[in-house]
Amino acid sequence: MDLYEYQGKELFRRYGIPVSEGRLATSPAEAREAAQELGCPVVVKAQVLTGGRGKAGGIRLAETPAEAEARAREILGLDIRGHTVHKVWVERASDIEREYYLSITFDRSEKKPLFMFTTQGGIDIEEVAASSPEALVRLHVDPLEGYNAWQGRRLVHDAGVEDPGEQKQIAAIVGNLYRAFVGTEAMLCEVNPLIVTPQGEVRALDSKFTVDDNALFRLPDVAKMRDLAAADPLEALAREKGVTYVKLDGEVGVLGNGAGLTMSTVDVVTFVGGRPANFCDLGGGGDAQGVVDALEVITRDPQVRSIFFNIFGGITRCDEVARGILQALDQMAIEDPIVVRLDGTNAKEGRQLLREAAPPNLHAEATMLDGARRAVELAGA
Amino acid sequence: MAIIVDSQTRLVVQGLTGSEGRFHGLRNRSHGTNVVAGVTPGKGGQDVDGIPVFDTVASAVRETEADTSMIFVPAPFAADAIYEAVASGIRTIVCITEGVPAHEMLRIHAFIRPRGVTLVGPNCPGALSPGKANVGIIPAEIFREGGVGLVSRSGTLTYQIGHELTQLGLGNSTIVGIGGDPVVGLSFVDVLGLFEADPQTEQVVMVGEIGGDEEEKAAAFIEAEMSKPVVAYIAGFTAPPGKTMGHAGAIISGSAGTAQAKKDALEAKGIRVGTTPTETAELVAEIARA
Repeated sequence: MDLYEYQGKELFRRYGIPVSEGRLATSPAEAREAAQELGCPVVVKAQVLTGGRGKAGGIRLAETPAEAEARAREILGLDIRGHTVHKVWVERASDIEREYYLSITFDRSEKKPLFMFTTQGGIDIEEVAASSPEALVRLHVDPLEGYNAWQGRRLVHDAGVEDPGEQKQIAAIVGNLYRAFVGTEAMLCEVNPLIVTPQGEVRALDSKFTVDDNALFRLPDVAKMRDLAAADPLEALAREKGVTYVKLDGEVGVLGNGAGLTMSTVDVVTFVGGRPANFCDLGGGGDAQGVVDALEVITRDPQVRSIFFNIFGGITRCDEVARGILQALDQMAIEDPIVVRLDGTNAKEGRQLLREAAPPNLHAEATMLDGARRAVELAGA
Repeated sequence: MAIIVDSQTRLVVQGLTGSEGRFHGLRNRSHGTNVVAGVTPGKGGQDVDGIPVFDTVASAVRETEADTSMIFVPAPFAADAIYEAVASGIRTIVCITEGVPAHEMLRIHAFIRPRGVTLVGPNCPGALSPGKANVGIIPAEIFREGGVGLVSRSGTLTYQIGHELTQLGLGNSTIVGIGGDPVVGLSFVDVLGLFEADPQTEQVVMVGEIGGDEEEKAAAFIEAEMSKPVVAYIAGFTAPPGKTMGHAGAIISGSAGTAQAKKDALEAKGIRVGTTPTETAELVAEIARA
């Protein structure tokens, strides 16, 4: 789960990482009030779960509360890379002397947390990594040994931070960032930029936080940061129903069991010349009700012209899937043609059930490839 | 031969008395796996269809000489179950449980490596050596014994490709689902190394997907270390850029983690990559005929 900047900063604050004072606002009037309380100048920042906010006009300076209100009015409702802005973060503006970059993330290859730090912050960090890799200092932490203070000192030293006051502050931030990373079971904590003010104060000016969905069961205060309103309405409905659904932009609804097979099905539909409308994974052990729920989500998308069920039963039993399809056809008025391919556990029983009921808009296919071709053909008809 | 599990395997199921553990434990036994014990704290002394249940893994090992564990306990208890298995002398662990927190897995990985423990998973379908042993949830009836090693990050997609191979008359030495989580026990490279050393395995199919850089590392390993032919398939060519790990993730792997990047990395090392599961199976058949 990705967190908004303001949520990440709230977590930074909890773990003793200095951030600027700010307020959340959902209306221009609230932004004005916030600016009044904080004292101007302030920065009004769009809160969306995507990058490129600055370029899209989502981060603006305001010299007065009235200006903050005006800027908030422009930013709220803005579309940034497909994300609509519903909230802005109003923060006391910072004077910036220098911009650094600090992050900790999972190094999946080494299977260890990895710190990355450079004094060339603020700009695209991938560019720094490519153009001057020696400037980007990396340091792994042994997950069993945990963090020790020398690691912060080493990062700061190797990156060439010279001011002793800065060295001390950053080393402390590095330690606190590790505590935040472990304490919130994060997959990524990124501070870009980590700024130094003209007074020599070090602060996190932005936050990028990704926490592990699998750990949320034991982190209730982080779990409640999930913003259901941010998701696509169909995706929100799917989440409510326990179906994994990602909206795509085509006409062939795709439903599979298991992420790998479903992803592969989306690929195959594309390779045979179709455009998938979605990725929808029933997951393991899907029962008839799960199939009904998934079909409900898929058919809400008006772009869908045909539906391809590609099921390979392992834990999932094909007769349950067949029952679900028949039940859904009973309960809902589905006019789109449905192509069904069943293999694996109880496939024979499943096919038999569908053959006996023989709904008019149901087409059985024997293989994944033929099923994809048929669904694409029917979507164009 | 075969890898990870075979006719010598003596299996203990942690969580045998739960509904999933029972169903799959018995299903594994019916496919010839030597299921010698179950473990559920507080249920020692009971049995599941004749399989004795113990309170601790240590007592199960002592009484039954179990050497391999399959874990079916709920996610909040899975890490504990892995540590208990290792502490009790188990050296091969297959963890089916889905939803184990990634930070737990970081610590577990650091813990098991120096101890020489083989961990498959978590969040994986397990390992099947057709005709010998099945440890996990892979439907054994769609596979047959043969010379193709199959390793995959996915469950059902593995079945799909295995099924296509069977349709072409090809069998498998072992099918290994390593799991799709960010941190898993055995990696592609580990399993490829095992297949290279296994006399029964003649060629290998590797089924990857978007994310991480396991496939890229596998490509380098295959070129440097493997004499047996490898065919690959990658899922997720048309996946939208969804869950990314921010900029930091891309820098570490030195690759975008996309299906195309993985395909390019593999093909650059002369490894053939099928565009569909069907074509992948056909490439394997072509090599088998040659």
